[in-house]
Amino acid sequence: MTDKPFNNRAWFFVVPVLAFVLFSSIIPMMTVVNYSIQDTMGANNFFWNGDGWFRDLLNPSTEIGARFNDALFRTLAFSFAALAIEVPLGIAMALCLPRRGWGVGISLVVIALPMLIPWNVVGTIWQIFTRADIGLFGAAITGIGIHYNVTQDAVSAWVTIVVIDVWHWTPLVILLSYAGLRAIPDAYYQAARIDGASRWAVFVNIELPKLQKVLVIAVLLRFMQTFMIYTEPVVVTGGGPGSATTFLSIDLVKIALGQVDLGSAASMSLVYNLITLTVCWIFYTIMTQLERRRDA
Amino acid sequence: MARITLDGIAHAYNGNPRSDKDYALKPLHHVWEQGMAYALLGPSGCGKTTLLNIISGLVIPSEGRLLFDKTDVTNLPTEQRNIAQVFQFPVIYDTMTVAENLAFPLKNRRLPKVVIEKRVAEIAEMLDLTRVLNRRARGLTADAKQKISLGRGLVRADVSAVLFDEPLTVIDPALKWELRSKLKAVHRALDLLMIYVTHDQIEALTFADKVVVMNDGKAVQIGTPADLFERPEHTFVGYFIGSPGMNLLPAKVSGSSALVEGAEIHLGAAYPALPKGGRIQIGVRPDYTMLTQSGGLPVQVRRIADLGRKRLAYVNLGAHQVVATVPPEMSSVAHQTRVTFDPAHTHVYVDDLRVAGAAA
Repeated sequence: MTDKPFNNRAWFFVVPVLAFVLFSSIIPMMTVVNYSIQDTMGANNFFWNGDGWFRDLLNPSTEIGARFNDALFRTLAFSFAALAIEVPLGIAMALCLPRRGWGVGISLVVIALPMLIPWNVVGTIWQIFTRADIGLFGAAITGIGIHYNVTQDAVSAWVTIVVIDVWHWTPLVILLSYAGLRAIPDAYYQAARIDGASRWAVFVNIELPKLQKVLVIAVLLRFMQTFMIYTEPVVVTGGGPGSATTFLSIDLVKIALGQVDLGSAASMSLVYNLITLTVCWIFYTIMTQLERRRDA
Repeated sequence: MARITLDGIAHAYNGNPRSDKDYALKPLHHVWEQGMAYALLGPSGCGKTTLLNIISGLVIPSEGRLLFDKTDVTNLPTEQRNIAQVFQFPVIYDTMTVAENLAFPLKNRRLPKVVIEKRVAEIAEMLDLTRVLNRRARGLTADAKQKISLGRGLVRADVSAVLFDEPLTVIDPALKWELRSKLKAVHRALDLLMIYVTHDQIEALTFADKVVVMNDGKAVQIGTPADLFERPEHTFVGYFIGSPGMNLLPAKVSGSSALVEGAEIHLGAAYPALPKGGRIQIGVRPDYTMLTQSGGLPVQVRRIADLGRKRLAYVNLGAHQVVATVPPEMSSVAHQTRVTFDPAHTHVYVDDLRVAGAAA
């Protein structure tokens, strides 16, 4: 063993990072933790409340617990719906894109455009777009006799929010899948032709396995973003009609800023955070385990 | 089982060749005989892979016809051609086991399960893959993967030719010999037409019955390894085959003697009627160029390379550089010495093409 040099000046390299993480994550997080275990009657007087807020939150028979339960269910359903549409659609569209020539650049730019629009602008665009009186989509669909009203009909609201997310974020899945597809050497396709493989066999045996890694990334990113969705439903439906599109993030803001119920909001955001982490961790672990098993 | 005929096959990738330069592959006539092993040898970009892809159907030639026996297959898609191809990098189906990989081409052709299993077992046996049949293909070494690629081609009973596109590129040097002898063994056992693309002359010369040397989209010589070595038809072949390549010297040839750097040397044949105005060179391989103490042409030795088995002298003959063999009995080499060319192995080239001499 060689002697490791010991030099305290090395701390200078670490301290900036520690300071940054402290201010960006640890201090805000600990503030939330602080609120979640205390109660206040205002005027900056805090009382110890232990795990009281968490008990209420996780008990569906309480008012806050029921609200949380419903919002959680809605959010999971939304994430699932968005992923179930965006991932297959993204892969399918990536397969249709040209592989070479002048069409590549044009189609990639056109496809990437929705991703470049800020969330609240997307919300505003769609809010106008879906209005039954002046919106192109809303007026057209009302015109052909379908009952469609984002602010009054829960089904319309849900469909619209999902469609907005698909429109906004399928491009991400397309771009990731396209990059993954382009990384497959031509020899694989040539070998498959020689082996007489059908188009479907090529997709299942070559393209899908080679896409697995990028798809893990795509699904993780899309899950995190859909699970945290806030701006579009707030702008388009305001969480309504009723609470039909009140997702976790919207409810959280209502509790924290609307009702200034800091304890409930803090415990809720911590549980929210843990759920996101857990789902991502489980998904990632399953995917990497699958891959390891395939290698064995 | 087939012979493959190239009838004026040519290809230009931009589709509209105006001059000779536009061709990736210049018009070529050749018959690949059933049961033979051919090597396509040439530097990178000489058109050998294009030619291979035309045979396999991945590229449709812009001119000419391609015949398998008597059938015109020029425009037939790959999957209808009964061709097996092994690529530079092993192509395997990641998610499948070795057995499933080998069965894949048969499954796609909807053969009965019993037939598939029997065939897969046979081919695995031949390629020493039986032991790993139930392993996932992607965990295996590069040479095993390359054997799987080959096996997927051989597993079809109707395959008429096996094409190899530099198949040993990613294989460890130690395993190259092993895999190459496996290919030879498969060739002998199945009596198939095999075409092997490579830029490695040792690989080509040891694998093939006949070697097609290509340069700049043209097949410059087709012959046995001995032909290529003893009678290069083109200066490119002389230079490309053999290491180091052939010595080429500008000369004036009259009758059965040549004038090189003001000195006369004797040729093994007479060249009474060489075309006028062409660039005339003589070519002698280093193996037939000997240093000597007396006779021959005066040279200055630049350096000696001791290869163990033999010694090579890099010498200056006038303004030209020549590689010569140092005879074993010559223990020390003087700076100023002399060189002789073996007349029987001295060839005359006019504009890079060999001219056959008449008996002197």
